Amino acid sequence: MSSVVPAYGPDAPGRLAGLADVTASDAALRRFLHGLPGVDAVGLEARAAGLGTRSIKTTAKAYAIDLAISMIDLTTLEGSDTHGKVRALCAKGRRPDPTDPGTPHVAAICVYPDMVAVAREALGDGSGISVASVATAFPAGRVALPVKLADTADAVAAGADEIDMVIDRGAFLSGRYMEVFEEIRAVKQACARPGGGSAAHLKVIFENGELSTYDNIRRCSWLAMLAGADFIKTSTGKVAVNATPANTLLMLEAVRDFRDAVGVQVGVKPAGGIRTSKDAIKYLVMVNETLGDDWLSPDWFRFGASSLLNDLLMQRQKLSTGRYSGPDYVTVD
Amino acid sequence: MKVSEQSRLAVFKTYKLYVGGKFPRSESGRVYEVTDSKGGHWLANAPLSSRKDARDAVVAARKAVPGWSGATAYNRGQVLYRVAEMLEGRREQFTREVADAEGLSKSKAAAVVDAAVDRWVWYAGWTDKIAQVVGGANPVAGPFFNLSTPEPTGVVAVLAPQDSSLLGLVSVLAPVIATGNAAVVVAAERAPLPALSFGEVLATSDVPAGVVNILSGRTAELSAPLASHQDVNALDLTGAPAELAAELEASAADTLKRVRRPSPAAEDWTRDPGTSRLTAWLETKTVWHPIGV
Repeated sequence: MSSVVPAYGPDAPGRLAGLADVTASDAALRRFLHGLPGVDAVGLEARAAGLGTRSIKTTAKAYAIDLAISMIDLTTLEGSDTHGKVRALCAKGRRPDPTDPGTPHVAAICVYPDMVAVAREALGDGSGISVASVATAFPAGRVALPVKLADTADAVAAGADEIDMVIDRGAFLSGRYMEVFEEIRAVKQACARPGGGSAAHLKVIFENGELSTYDNIRRCSWLAMLAGADFIKTSTGKVAVNATPANTLLMLEAVRDFRDAVGVQVGVKPAGGIRTSKDAIKYLVMVNETLGDDWLSPDWFRFGASSLLNDLLMQRQKLSTGRYSGPDYVTVD
Repeated sequence: MKVSEQSRLAVFKTYKLYVGGKFPRSESGRVYEVTDSKGGHWLANAPLSSRKDARDAVVAARKAVPGWSGATAYNRGQVLYRVAEMLEGRREQFTREVADAEGLSKSKAAAVVDAAVDRWVWYAGWTDKIAQVVGGANPVAGPFFNLSTPEPTGVVAVLAPQDSSLLGLVSVLAPVIATGNAAVVVAAERAPLPALSFGEVLATSDVPAGVVNILSGRTAELSAPLASHQDVNALDLTGAPAELAAELEASAADTLKRVRRPSPAAEDWTRDPGTSRLTAWLETKTVWHPIGV
């Protein structure tokens, strides 16, 4: 492979076209996905657990905490979200710790499509923070395709820089891979910015907790990357099993293998259940050991989280003051 | 064949911390040797807690605050009385541990345990009475009802007295939780075993997990992170030597903690304690309500 191109760059579709034969028909796609090597579940879990035992201290820890903060997609996805809550979240994202201006800002604010305009306005221009929107009838995704596309186009028109779509798990689990593939392609097209401008980046949510097996997660990763996903994301955060070290590691490996095979770099976003700095640092270790430096940036790795930020800030305060901080010293959210 | 005393394997007790309703070892894996009061005879290994154990204990305590401070005073009294029942049931064990720890004869140690049970029951009775004593209606120059009520301050770090391993512990711990606070207790450094066993009493009562957390180890090592911890609301320095106490008080002032200083002279734990230890951990909330609306 001569060089690596980013999934959201202009050269990526050309690289993907090189694999047109595997996506030419339902049968070919199935043959390809089922031809992927099976996952050694015990080995995968042991590897993920092993990478979680690294001890990251002092300056390395300070670096990891700042990096983790800059990778957060600060998220609010509740039925009870208000404009005020979204604006408060945006203010927090821009300046997570008002007592320390050296704190990096978060990568993105993640909201429902109808809140995109509010978040866009609250962030203003030049904040460096993206607005991410879940779309395609998040979290279940159980609506007809035209509705999903309208949902996506609506969010993009309102100013979303990133779209988090959910796949049709029902179709995937019943083996209708082509249907899922076409749907991701269609949503990717709907991410195009009306009137020109760069298209919104597409993150594809698998909902690992519903895919049941590691083999399915590996197949789903390849399927989404073949269909043109810019990011692959573990879960919605709305089911019992969300991001786990093992299923995230599996996706990281898929991304690595995909880059080696196709030359396209895809990002990864674990979401849901990552609440402590310790957990976040374990994920960063995993990224570094599996993918290396190239992925250790907010452009290629994100945390979907809300309460994680407070814990990172408390740890940050601990490192700078030498004393343990408490929840009274960060915002309630 | 008759099983004689000699043929039994010795079953030594592994003393462990009591944090968040569980019995963990120290995260550091360290232990230290606890000897009897004469300093010669080995009794057991106790966990030598680290500052991270202290941090974990504060997290557990903070989690327990809303439930415990929100429980009715009557309910707290019942729960505390239940602790006294459990303590009474383990009278023999504590008599033995106190006798070893403090070098007392069996009968004197038994008297100490009885006094500890009585002290606990006495404080249990205070849960639904302290509000009437320190709260009340205030006369104000205006058409308002003006009512003051005591409220728990939150998480209290307690350095248990060094000279009285059970009665002293009970006398400093009971008022903290009777008023609705959660406690992180650093047991007496040289005699932590009765305190660690007391954790078992609490675990088998109805005290919610995290309301009391008991650590053993070096008082100086554990008290420093607790005194500077921003999520600890108050600090009881009873078990701190004078020099350390001054240092800790200065460190606690950074985060405006309530601090109870150690008494300059040795305290007599058998005396009537009065209510000063109850009121030390209370904040006063005052509400104005217009009359005639």
